[in-house]
Amino acid sequence: MSAKQLVVSAGVSIGLALAAPYALAQKKYDAGASDTEIKIGNTMPYSGPASAYGTIGKAAAAYIKKINEEGGVNGRKINFISVDDGYSPPKTVEMARKLVEQDQVLLLWGPLGTPSNTAIQKYMNAKKVPQLHVYTGATKWNDPKNFPWTMGWQPSYQAEARIYAAHLLKTKPDAKVAILYQNDDYGKDYLKGFKDGLGAKAATMIIKEVSYETSDPTVDSQIVQLQGSGADVFFNITTPKFAAQAIRKAYDIGWKPVQYLNSVSASIGSVLKPAGVEKAVGIFSVEYLKDPQDPAFANDKGMNEWREFMKKYYPEGNITDVFNVSGYASIQTLIQVLKQCGDNLTRENVMKQAANLKNFEVNVLLDGIKINTSPTDFAPIEQEQMAKFDGKEWVRFGETFGK
Amino acid sequence: MTTEIALSAAPAARPARSRLAGLAVLFIVVCALPFLVSSYTTFQLTLVIVYSIVLLGLNILTGYNGQISLGHGAFYAIGAYVAAILMDKYGVPYWATIPVSGALCLVVGFLFGLPALRLEGLYLALATFALGVSMPQLIKYKGIDTWTGGVQGITILKPDPPFGLPLNQDQWLFYFCLAVAAVMFWLGWNLLRGRVGRALIAIRDQPIAAEAMGVNNAMYKSLAFGVSAMFTGVAGALGAIAVQFVAPDSFSIFLSISFLVGVVIGGIASISGAIWGALFIQFVPNIADQISKAAPWAIYGVFLIGFMYVMPVGVAGAIRIFWARMKRKAGSSPQRSG
Repeated sequence: MSAKQLVVSAGVSIGLALAAPYALAQKKYDAGASDTEIKIGNTMPYSGPASAYGTIGKAAAAYIKKINEEGGVNGRKINFISVDDGYSPPKTVEMARKLVEQDQVLLLWGPLGTPSNTAIQKYMNAKKVPQLHVYTGATKWNDPKNFPWTMGWQPSYQAEARIYAAHLLKTKPDAKVAILYQNDDYGKDYLKGFKDGLGAKAATMIIKEVSYETSDPTVDSQIVQLQGSGADVFFNITTPKFAAQAIRKAYDIGWKPVQYLNSVSASIGSVLKPAGVEKAVGIFSVEYLKDPQDPAFANDKGMNEWREFMKKYYPEGNITDVFNVSGYASIQTLIQVLKQCGDNLTRENVMKQAANLKNFEVNVLLDGIKINTSPTDFAPIEQEQMAKFDGKEWVRFGETFGK
Repeated sequence: MTTEIALSAAPAARPARSRLAGLAVLFIVVCALPFLVSSYTTFQLTLVIVYSIVLLGLNILTGYNGQISLGHGAFYAIGAYVAAILMDKYGVPYWATIPVSGALCLVVGFLFGLPALRLEGLYLALATFALGVSMPQLIKYKGIDTWTGGVQGITILKPDPPFGLPLNQDQWLFYFCLAVAAVMFWLGWNLLRGRVGRALIAIRDQPIAAEAMGVNNAMYKSLAFGVSAMFTGVAGALGAIAVQFVAPDSFSIFLSISFLVGVVIGGIASISGAIWGALFIQFVPNIADQISKAAPWAIYGVFLIGFMYVMPVGVAGAIRIFWARMKRKAGSSPQRSG
C-alpha cells in the first residue's frame, strides 16, 4: 500500500467512522415520515350529530397549510389526512385502520369524541401508533401505564373539578355542598375529581348528591330536592340544556347558594342567556382558552395573530367560534412535538417528545397557562383560570389553578 | 314497475349450468380476495358482507312484503349488544353468540310485528322510525348499564383463527362472516323462491286477493318482520365482532336509513341486490368524503340521485335489464347475418 493510498483509506475510514453514527443519530423514520414529508392522520365529525366540532379539523388543516408555506417542520412538509367519521364509533375504527394501514400515517392526531376514541384505543396501542391529543375531556386518556400510545390535550373533567374544590376549600371551608350531575361517565368524572379535591373533607362537606338522565325532560324536581337539603353551595355538573334549567329553577324558588358551573356549559349564548343572565350573576366557572367574543381580547396580541391567520388561511371559518381557537392551539402543540423530534421521526420518539413538553405556551391559551407533560403525566393542559359571571361576561380572577 | 319486479322475483327456472359455473368462479374470486388486498380492505369487505346480510333481511320485509321499516338499526343494535354482552360478561365464544342474537331478534321482531300489523305503509314507517330513534337512548338506560356499559360501550377482543390456520385475524373474520352469509343467503333463497316468497309478494301486491287465495296475511306479515329482524340481528352480532366495539352512538337513526337506502339502491325484491346495496353503503360515503370535506353528504346525495336516475330499479335490476338486452341482441344477430 502506497503512502497515498494509506492516507486516502485512513481518511475514508475516519470519515465513515464519524459519519456512520452521525447518520444514525440524525435520521430515523417509521412509516409516514421521510426526508420530505410527515404524514399525519385525523378523524373528525364533519357530518352527523356532532358536526359543529368539524371546524376544529378545518382550522388545524389551515394551520398546517400555513406551516407548509413557511417551509414545514425541520424542512419536511406535513401531509394532513383528515377524514370524516360522522361521530360514529364503527366508522372511526374503519377510518383509523385506513389511516394506519393504507395511508401509512406516522401518527393519528386529534380524533374527536369519547366513544370514538374508546373504540380505537386498543387498536392504536396494539399497533403502537400514537393516538395523540385526542379531543375529549375524559380523564382516562391520561393512563401512560396501560395505554402508552394514547394522550389527551384539553384539561380533564377531573382536573377542572379539583380546581373548584381548591377554590371552595380556600374561600368557604365550612360549606355545605349540593351536587347535581349527569348520570354517565362525564358526570361521574367531575364528581370524582371534586371529591378527590376536597380530600378527607368530602364526606362532611357534600351533604346531597342527585343525578339526572339525559332523557329526563327537566331537572326541576332535582333542584327542589337540593334546596331542601339546606346546602349553601351548588356544584352544577350538567350539559347546556339542563344547566340553563337548573340555574333558572334555583333562582325562581329562591335558593341562592354559591354556584359552580362546569365549563361544558359555561357558554353565555346557549346557557346563561336562556336561563336569564340576571339569574346567573355570581356563578363561578373556569376557562383556559381565549374566547374570541370576550371584549378583553379585542386587542390581544395572540388573538390578533389568530384573526390574521383566520383571514388568510381559513377565511370561510367563523371568527366568533371558540372551536377555531381550539383547533389552532392544539395543532400548534403537535407541531411543537414534531419540532422536538428533529430527524428522529419514529413513533416511539413522537411519544417520547409528546411526553416531554416543558412550559410550552400557545398565545391563544389564557396568559400564564403552560403545557407540561412527562412520561408519567399524559395530560398536556392542566391549568385553568377561574371566572365569575357579572351578568354580561365572564370576569377572570386570581391565578391559574392546576399544575 | 311493480309488475316487472313481481315477475322478476317469481321463481326462476332451475338455474342454468352456465350460471352455476359463473357463481362458482365468483365464489373462488371472493375467497381469494383476502390474500390479494390489504388487511384494511379485508376489514372493509367483511363489513360489506355484514351489511349484505342486513339488506337481505330488510329486503324480505320491504322488497318482498312491501312493509317499510325505518328502524332496522334497532335490531342491528340488539344483535350487536347481545353478542358483545355474551362475550364480555359471560365469556361465550364469538361463534356461539350468532345464533343467540338471531333467535332473540326473531322473537323481538315477531312481537314488534304483531301490533305493527295494524299499521300500513307510511304509518308503519313511522312506528319503526320510533323504534330506531329510541334505541340508542334505551341502551343508555341506567338500569341495564352494568351489562351495556352505558355510554361507554363495550370493547371486545378480536377472535383468533382456530386450528392454527395460517390466517391473520382480519382474514379469518372475513371467511367466518362469508360462511355465515352463505348460510343466510341460502336460507333467504329457499324462503323467497318458494311458496313463502310467492305469498309475501302476493300480500304486497294484492292483499285482498292473497287473503282470498287462503294466505294468512297477518301470520305472514308478522313472520316477515321476525325473519327480517333475525337476519339483521345475525349481522349485528357479526358487525360487533368485526368492529370490536359497541356503543349507543354506533346505532343512530342514520344507520336505519342507510339500510333502507342500501335496499333501494341495490334493488328492491332482489337477492343479489343486497350485495350491491352493501357495497354502496360501505364505500360511497368514503368516496363522497374524499371528494369534499365541506359537504360530504351533499356529494352522497348527488350519488343517490344519480343512481336512482340511471338505475331506477336498483343496481340488480339494471344488470338484469342489461343481460336481457344482450341476450336479445345475441339471439337476433345470427338472423340478421343469415
